[in-house]
Amino acid sequence: MRIAFLTAAAALPLVAHAAPVDFTREVQPILSQNCYACHGPDEASIEGGLRLDRRELALKGGDSGKAIVPGDPAASLILERISHPDPDTVMPPPDKKPPLTPKQIAILRQWIAEGAVWREHWAFVPPKRPAIPAVEGKTWVRNPIDAFVLAKLEAEGLEPSPPADPATLLRRLSLDLTGLPPTLAELASLAKPDAAADRLLASPHFGERQAREWLDAARYADSAGYEKDLPRYHHFYRDWVVAAMNSNMPYDDFIMKQIAGDLLPNATQDDRIATGFLRNSMTNEEGGAKPEQFRIEGVFDRIDAIGKSMLGLTAQCAQCHSHKYDPLTHDEYFGIYAFLNGIDETSIAARTPSETQATKAILAGVVSIDDVLRKSSDDREHAFVTWQQDMLALPRTEWHPLELYQLGDSGQKYLPLPDKSVMNMGYADTRSIEGFKSSLELPELRAARLEIMNDPYLPMNGPGRSTRGTGTLSEFVLRAGATPDKVEKLAFTSAVASINPPVTKLDPMRFPSSATREPDDRTTGPAAFAIDGDEKTGWTTERDPARNHDPAVITFELAEPFRADGTIHFKYNLVQRHGGLNSDDNQTFNLGRIRLSVAATLPNALDQLPPFVAEALKTDPAKRTPDQERRLFAHWRENNPHFATETAAIEALYAKVPEPTWALVAAEVAQARETRLFERGDQTQPKQVVEPHVPAFLHPLPPGDPTSRLTFAKWLVDPASPVAARVVVNRVWQASFGTGLLETSEDFGHQAATPSHPELLDWLACEFMESGWDMKRLHRLIVTSATYQQSSVGSASLRQDDPRNRLLARGPRFRVAAETVRDIQLTSSGLLDPALGGRSIFPPAPRYLFERPLSYGPKTWFIETDSNRYRRALYTFRFRSVPYPMLVTFDAPAGTISCARRNVSTTPLQALVTLNEQVSLEAAVGLAHVMLSDSGTLRDKIARAFERCTSRRPDAYEIDVLVSVYESRLADEAEQVREFLDEYRPVTLDLSAHAQTELSAAAAVARVLLNLDETIVKN
Amino acid sequence: MLPRSTLADVQRSFSRRWFLKDCGLGLGSVALASLLGNDPASAASVIPSPHMAGLPHFPAKAKNVIFLFMGGAPSHLDLFDNKPVLRQLDGTSPPAELLKGYRSAFIRPENKLLGSRFPFKTYGSCGMEMAEILPHIGSCADDITLVRSMYTEAFNHAPAQILMSTGSQQFGRPSLGSWVSYGLGSENKNLPAFVVMSSGLKGPSGGNANWSSGFLPSVHDGVSFNSTGEPVLYLANPKGITRAQQRQTIEAVNFLNHKRFESIGDPEISSRIAAFEMAFRMQDVAPEVTDISLEPESILDMYGAEPGQRSFANNCLLARRLVERGVRFVELFHESWDQHGNLTRDLQKNCKDVDQACAALVSDLKQRGLLNETLVIWGGEFGRTPMVQGGNDGRDHHPNAFTMWMAGGGTKGGITLGTTDDLGFNAQDDKVHIHDLNATILHLLGIDHTRLTYRAQGRDFRLTDVHGNVVHKILT
Repeated sequence: MRIAFLTAAAALPLVAHAAPVDFTREVQPILSQNCYACHGPDEASIEGGLRLDRRELALKGGDSGKAIVPGDPAASLILERISHPDPDTVMPPPDKKPPLTPKQIAILRQWIAEGAVWREHWAFVPPKRPAIPAVEGKTWVRNPIDAFVLAKLEAEGLEPSPPADPATLLRRLSLDLTGLPPTLAELASLAKPDAAADRLLASPHFGERQAREWLDAARYADSAGYEKDLPRYHHFYRDWVVAAMNSNMPYDDFIMKQIAGDLLPNATQDDRIATGFLRNSMTNEEGGAKPEQFRIEGVFDRIDAIGKSMLGLTAQCAQCHSHKYDPLTHDEYFGIYAFLNGIDETSIAARTPSETQATKAILAGVVSIDDVLRKSSDDREHAFVTWQQDMLALPRTEWHPLELYQLGDSGQKYLPLPDKSVMNMGYADTRSIEGFKSSLELPELRAARLEIMNDPYLPMNGPGRSTRGTGTLSEFVLRAGATPDKVEKLAFTSAVASINPPVTKLDPMRFPSSATREPDDRTTGPAAFAIDGDEKTGWTTERDPARNHDPAVITFELAEPFRADGTIHFKYNLVQRHGGLNSDDNQTFNLGRIRLSVAATLPNALDQLPPFVAEALKTDPAKRTPDQERRLFAHWRENNPHFATETAAIEALYAKVPEPTWALVAAEVAQARETRLFERGDQTQPKQVVEPHVPAFLHPLPPGDPTSRLTFAKWLVDPASPVAARVVVNRVWQASFGTGLLETSEDFGHQAATPSHPELLDWLACEFMESGWDMKRLHRLIVTSATYQQSSVGSASLRQDDPRNRLLARGPRFRVAAETVRDIQLTSSGLLDPALGGRSIFPPAPRYLFERPLSYGPKTWFIETDSNRYRRALYTFRFRSVPYPMLVTFDAPAGTISCARRNVSTTPLQALVTLNEQVSLEAAVGLAHVMLSDSGTLRDKIARAFERCTSRRPDAYEIDVLVSVYESRLADEAEQVREFLDEYRPVTLDLSAHAQTELSAAAAVARVLLNLDETIVKN
Repeated sequence: MLPRSTLADVQRSFSRRWFLKDCGLGLGSVALASLLGNDPASAASVIPSPHMAGLPHFPAKAKNVIFLFMGGAPSHLDLFDNKPVLRQLDGTSPPAELLKGYRSAFIRPENKLLGSRFPFKTYGSCGMEMAEILPHIGSCADDITLVRSMYTEAFNHAPAQILMSTGSQQFGRPSLGSWVSYGLGSENKNLPAFVVMSSGLKGPSGGNANWSSGFLPSVHDGVSFNSTGEPVLYLANPKGITRAQQRQTIEAVNFLNHKRFESIGDPEISSRIAAFEMAFRMQDVAPEVTDISLEPESILDMYGAEPGQRSFANNCLLARRLVERGVRFVELFHESWDQHGNLTRDLQKNCKDVDQACAALVSDLKQRGLLNETLVIWGGEFGRTPMVQGGNDGRDHHPNAFTMWMAGGGTKGGITLGTTDDLGFNAQDDKVHIHDLNATILHLLGIDHTRLTYRAQGRDFRLTDVHGNVVHKILT
């Protein structure tokens, strides 16, 4: 055995090849894959004191001596160990890795003999613009991309493929730039490819197509994930990405705003919406979840997403220990964490430009009514001032806020705040009876006050937890006693609140008491509803979109004073029974941040003012803001019956304010959070404090800038970054060619694949940065290259030798992405509603998928019944736990983690979708309608339908086949035809002009067309 | 592929006449494959190919797995792990030192201890102790390996179920079934290698991620089967479309696809042809497989199955039918064990729903000689607290100790592994982490868990990450 091995070892070639060994491409991958796990960057797992990831350490050697002696293979221990016959001595240890191959050993030997030249990992050295290579076939070269590609082809003795035919190329351009197939008119126009590219780059659908790529990396979804998987209203972020792509926002701004748009001076709504990237992390609202635990998980997820999408680094490993393969240390991981740890998970009331305009106009109308009213009479001003003086003359009630602790264990989590308020966090029960206990030294108890307060954690700042930031108190029950376990229920004479909304029936769509959303008899209304003993009536903070976020207060007056000797023990319940039935569907109507106080005296009008008004009143008139002044006047006006007409007019205006969207954004916490390194990534094991810093192997932070998230954001896209531009140009390349120049587009580290054209990658990165990170220019450069415009057919030998087209001797051909499959179906059939943006939509899908026991809980899925049904797949509502089946079947990710490149699979389930799924069949009927409405012979009609799907005219033989399908199906049973058409008639079409049998026969042809490989392929 | 000349002949025969005369009416099955020659390479890319190169690493004891995932987490203290001391200490406070550093989901950890209200008894000739409300499972005691020393880290449902399903609390990893499909492929060309079904009060927490293929090729995704209604999503022919018409459509699609393949030679097209053929075969086969009404009355009674219902019992019976036909990995999610309150009532109900069917599955596999090659696994994502929740009749989530059981597939049977402390709070002897369980499952399938890897995101991933020890004590 041993002899045999020695013989084999002796037969090893001494040199691998004649040319000098290339460290980056040949040596480093061997070291990284076979040695770094124990001799790499992770200090904690170094074996034998030897590190092989850095030259100076490798030359220093380990416990056994010099591993590498440049120029002297015989003295280099590493060579002895990797070819050692003894299984206890040979490296890598046989139980960990297979032995190195003779070729690998020869490479290492030659490399050491040649002086052990060491170069930094290519991706961590900033790209330098390489010279454009000289090539023989100059006439083929349309731009420098082609020179790089052709140089390699010529070196391999290959030739590029001929150009794709114009129709194929137009289809390729259309699918790559807008994600929609070309129309027949566009196919007939014979526009030159470059002109077509310019038209497509200017199309508003360009942004939709490119957004889809980014949203994968940004792990976008419309739900929160984990167990409850609550719906989110996150589409402003999606639309921001589309708009950024369409307006050709420079990539560095695009990234910077997503990480720190909120920190820009005078940040706009759009700048804040951009931080929705950070909010694509999942949040766990299940009953037992600790909000802080999942906040931390969110930070981990952000680092992972930034790593894969912007840095080309798989940072996740360094969460638990220093990276095994890349020089990212455990400490540096937490240095990045520290930049992101100060994020507040908050939200804003987002409005579209037209909604903003309407809102402004309405509010200006309100102000003008009040201004006119106020200025029209001196007496009035006098009365207003007198009222203020009277109010301020009232005695100040001494309120004692109660220190609270939660009772019971119903799953809602409470965060006590320093001002003795508590935040209701995490799981939001839809209907709860919260019980709290407290105690206080108080001679006598005469009143209680509950404040419902704002907090950035609450939807649009609260004060409630409903999707509108509002809450409802069904009943308030207060018990008191001399001992904790002997408390009696206290009677109230009155409840008075800062707002007293009119009696309103509960909206069964928002708060259904049953799955069928039948109206129930619950109502909301004024303060008295909170103490009327009827849980079906409740006092609400909800008013109208302009004033829903005002904090509120309600006071309760005891019928009899309550006395105990010294300490009074309290138990009170906030009965909140106005939510819907489904805790998995944002149907809560609970209060958000609350503070309960008690007093030994009776409250007065001062205590019952809206908190904003009270604050204005107590502010020195000279120092009041215009807004405070207006609020004060408005309050006075509202409570003065003389002005009923004006108040009615103003209320009518407020009622018209458009409902905003609860948009998730990031903000910076008021008080910085300390970052501690977690031992093994375990958050229950915090160790030393870590200050924000960036990994040493990358470029430094810009000198002089403050250590802030904004600085970190700028650092991510600093022109000095070795990775920023390479990562994005590679991903754009990947979108066009199916595979990036570097295949592992999420990982540029030591374990990454080798780029197929490293110089081209660097040239594109430099060109891109110098162009001002111009995305459209980059796209144009790629799609106008001769490389891109080659025919994808390729010879048999080329397919054999280069099955994955890494040499780029032919054009790209691959099945389009899931969303494009759907968009092609909709476009070819004429059903597509090309509207841009807005809420995510619910196309048809079987109801049972969204019900128990397939879904954890019942999910909102109200199937669209108008043209929204046929919107682009980009707009399909994405539940993370129940991804839309058509999309997931075609490899769309569920958005649970950042995805820089998708799998591309071919499966029988995909065939079942395009054959049998509802929208696919509606598309077939739509295409049948188009076909029958077309002019010419049956053959003409079929030929054009074929072309609509594939962008290619069929040959006579193909038409024969389809005609035979058509004719054979004219004989279908009328009953079945009716059944088919009733089920799959597109909701937007009137089909009465067609004979049913013809329609069904044409639909049979359409089904064949929509199921063709060519229809869902870019070629 | 056929030589070109032959193909030209075939093409001529596929004239309009062929479509009119034969396609819609005559041939009994998808003809194209047999006429044009079946390309095994293309077929392999659309269904999980049998056995990855080099697998199994050693002779397998189990061929198939049926994982009965009891979502919500059943109470080990009331079903499998009798704790007389806990019963004695009922109503007293737990020792403070036990709670040091303990994180609970809902309750205040210092809540009083709750002794089980359920009597236990011994079952089988092995004398295995389980609750009296599990008489049927008890009757299989001699085939069952009870592991009382399971533990995990996660104590919320979604992260814990993801950990149980994928070996990681991080989303995005391949599930156990996907790894097995990736390693061993399917024994049946017409059915997926990994099938999942759902019953109970809710769906799995974390949803789709529990059976996702993660970064593995999507062909290893778990495919959802239903024991009622449509057996597989989009399996049924469209309304008003007959089987013959559907066949005609697929024939025409594949015929035109094949013509395209001949002109441009992209092998991806032949993969798509194979996918359509398998889809059609699945349309034929799956409804029959899922039709449990084809079972004799005695078998339906044995499971307590009622055709047409969505029930755990039906799913158990269906699981047997699937493994019989070579489906590699069947996972049944039954999410109804989250007894924060009403423990007594709901455990009784759950056991009524589950006990008989699980036992029937084990016995039925056994009587068919399938048990020795089918590993049955039963358990939830964590255990439950010895402390009470919600008055006097509930238990909270508890990661430190729980019980699972296995039967068949190379496990010993009639043995109990591991113990917990007197309160059932901590697993103590022969502790088995989920990684160890996964390593053991793979081992029984002939797979060395350290050698089943997939390169993604810059490193080789394993189901067990850097953990996992095979639990040899329970193996035959």
